[in-house]
Amino acid sequence: MNRNRNYTLQCPIPESDYKNVMLAHGGGGKLTKQLIDKMFYPRFENEILRQGHDGAFLPPMDGKVAMTTDSFVVDPIFFPGGDIGELAVNGTVNDLVCCGAEPLYISLAFILEEGFLLNDLWKIVQSIALSAQTAGVKIVTGDTKVVEKGKGDKIYINTTGIGRVLPGMDISPEHCSEGDAVIINGTIGDHGIAILSEREGLAFESTVKSDTLALNRMMMDVFRKKPGIHVMRDPTRGGVASALNEICLSSRTGIRLIENELPVTDGVRGACEVMGLDPLYIANEGKILVILPKYDAEEVVSMMQAHQAGEQSRIIGTVTGEYPGMLHMETTIGSTRIVDMISGEQLPRIC
Amino acid sequence: MLKHIDEYRDKTLVETLVRTIAATVTRRWTIMEICGGQTHTIMRYSLQELLPDEISLIHGPGCPVCVTPVDLIDSAVELGSRPNVILVSFGDMLRVPGSHDDLLRVKAQGGDIRMVYTPLDALDIAEKNPEKEVVFFGVGFETTAPAVALTIKQAESRALDNFSVLVSHVLVPPAIQALLDDRQNRIDGFLAAGHVCTIMGIHEYIPLAERYEIPIVVTGFEPVDILLGIRKCIEMLEQNRPGVENAYPRSVRPEGNMAARELLHEVFVRVDRRWRGIGAIPGSGLGLADAYMKFDATSRFDLQAAETEEPEVCMAGEILTGRKKPSDCPLFGTLCKPENPLGALMVSTEGACSAYYRYSGSSMAEQ
Repeated sequence: MNRNRNYTLQCPIPESDYKNVMLAHGGGGKLTKQLIDKMFYPRFENEILRQGHDGAFLPPMDGKVAMTTDSFVVDPIFFPGGDIGELAVNGTVNDLVCCGAEPLYISLAFILEEGFLLNDLWKIVQSIALSAQTAGVKIVTGDTKVVEKGKGDKIYINTTGIGRVLPGMDISPEHCSEGDAVIINGTIGDHGIAILSEREGLAFESTVKSDTLALNRMMMDVFRKKPGIHVMRDPTRGGVASALNEICLSSRTGIRLIENELPVTDGVRGACEVMGLDPLYIANEGKILVILPKYDAEEVVSMMQAHQAGEQSRIIGTVTGEYPGMLHMETTIGSTRIVDMISGEQLPRIC
Repeated sequence: MLKHIDEYRDKTLVETLVRTIAATVTRRWTIMEICGGQTHTIMRYSLQELLPDEISLIHGPGCPVCVTPVDLIDSAVELGSRPNVILVSFGDMLRVPGSHDDLLRVKAQGGDIRMVYTPLDALDIAEKNPEKEVVFFGVGFETTAPAVALTIKQAESRALDNFSVLVSHVLVPPAIQALLDDRQNRIDGFLAAGHVCTIMGIHEYIPLAERYEIPIVVTGFEPVDILLGIRKCIEMLEQNRPGVENAYPRSVRPEGNMAARELLHEVFVRVDRRWRGIGAIPGSGLGLADAYMKFDATSRFDLQAAETEEPEVCMAGEILTGRKKPSDCPLFGTLCKPENPLGALMVSTEGACSAYYRYSGSSMAEQ
């Protein structure tokens, strides 16, 4: 990503006032107001937020409304390729995209730990503002709470997203049919490996960056021309394997992946080989799985490839009548294996 | 393209090897791969599906996580629950159930349990937390033991007196002998674990092959490696030629890694050890040598090893000796699953039952 962020801008709350988040910043009094007026309003500026009510009044909308909610607790909060703020916006936007909706509005709630650096909050706020602007969504309402030191971990973000479902879009695993193609918009496992590479105790040298990215601009193009998509899923926690397993189970169809077609960077593969992990189970934050009738697949792949977010889009599998309810894969050596739902956390093997 | 990986997952090479094996085999043979890593590859690539029907593969006890005895896990759980202890472990030990709890649950209840990739990191944790006792859970075969030995030596040179190791290392050759001594075993040949031999060399396997008149083939971990091992083993069986051969020469030298062997010899001594699912095997474990006993967590914390019962219905013993397949067990996939393992082999992804469950679709079939 070559978005130009400018983190050199000074925090608008002078250090001489406060360097750290105080309990009073969430108390609803003067300090809360200072945060809102100096930090949030100027960066999230829009007419709905400016209404200044307890909630937001949204203009009437044509058609079905899609709504999603998500919480972000990533550790570390700044990681190669992004931060918790960017993740919050992009994650919410992508959930709406997977409903076939155009993302429009986001609510934003911070839970801050007492003592958290205001300067770090400022960086995150700027990152949220930039990501929202890039994705073309408005932050229309919000909340800030502060918990005592040790009762939280620096910063948690909760969001709600609202979007308008595009005409003709009807997304449901039930539409998944034999012969459908499965498309992904690029390499898998980047986000999870970028995070792991920074974790205390697991730190290893890696050039892998998180793939966090809003996918709405690319997918709106597709929705307008090809509304007949059957199912979409963003393969976040649990990775591609878990997302596709869920679809197999609820559609009672089988999905056959071709291992040789799975796009994985050498960086992610290498890290997975060393740690005994499988990229199929590793989290992504800028990927989308699109399942649609085969006759539209090549054209949709080309449409996605025209966007930076989808340059490496390709077909990675097909919906089959074999093995109903199961995700299976043609391995690199030509045999077939089941790709199961993961049990618990994926823990590294020891030898 | 990853060097040393992709060429050993090559479809054409796999097909050629499978054809050669099919052309060589004339009767039924049962081959056991010792190592859980090999089991994992066999299941992950469905190698059995490619092989001729005459060859059946059975899966050995070479998953250190699976065979770690319940009483040692209970000791780790007990230590991890103490407020003044930081328990440091390899990742996949965390989920292994003891008689009541596993380490992940202890962590959820507030225990300070940390996961590392190298035991040396435990020393940094000990240095940063001088007021705490830092205990490393030393699990694994001859492969992980040298790193733990090195860690103990460094703990001494760094004068860390708040560091100790709960030693649970196990050795492969005594386990092979125990399996062969079981008269009901059906094993015709072994694939030995390539990484264990990388450390230890092949000398320990020669007397075993001679005494039990069986082929033992040192084998690697990628699909092509495993097929090379199977091909060699089948050739030896068909020619009635017991002995030890090396099908993993890119990693294994006959004498092994002398520096690592010397480290093991200096820091550890052989002890008797119980194996989960198998029972006690004489001389099959490593314990600390007298000179390093001060790093022994069992004596430092005065831990009492209590004999713990394993579920009677668990078929681990029969599966390990090749008499039963995981799917023959009535608990398999019903009461015993990776989320709630009742027996040793369901515990780690390298255990035979868990590998069957993950890759053969038994998990889905029940739904």
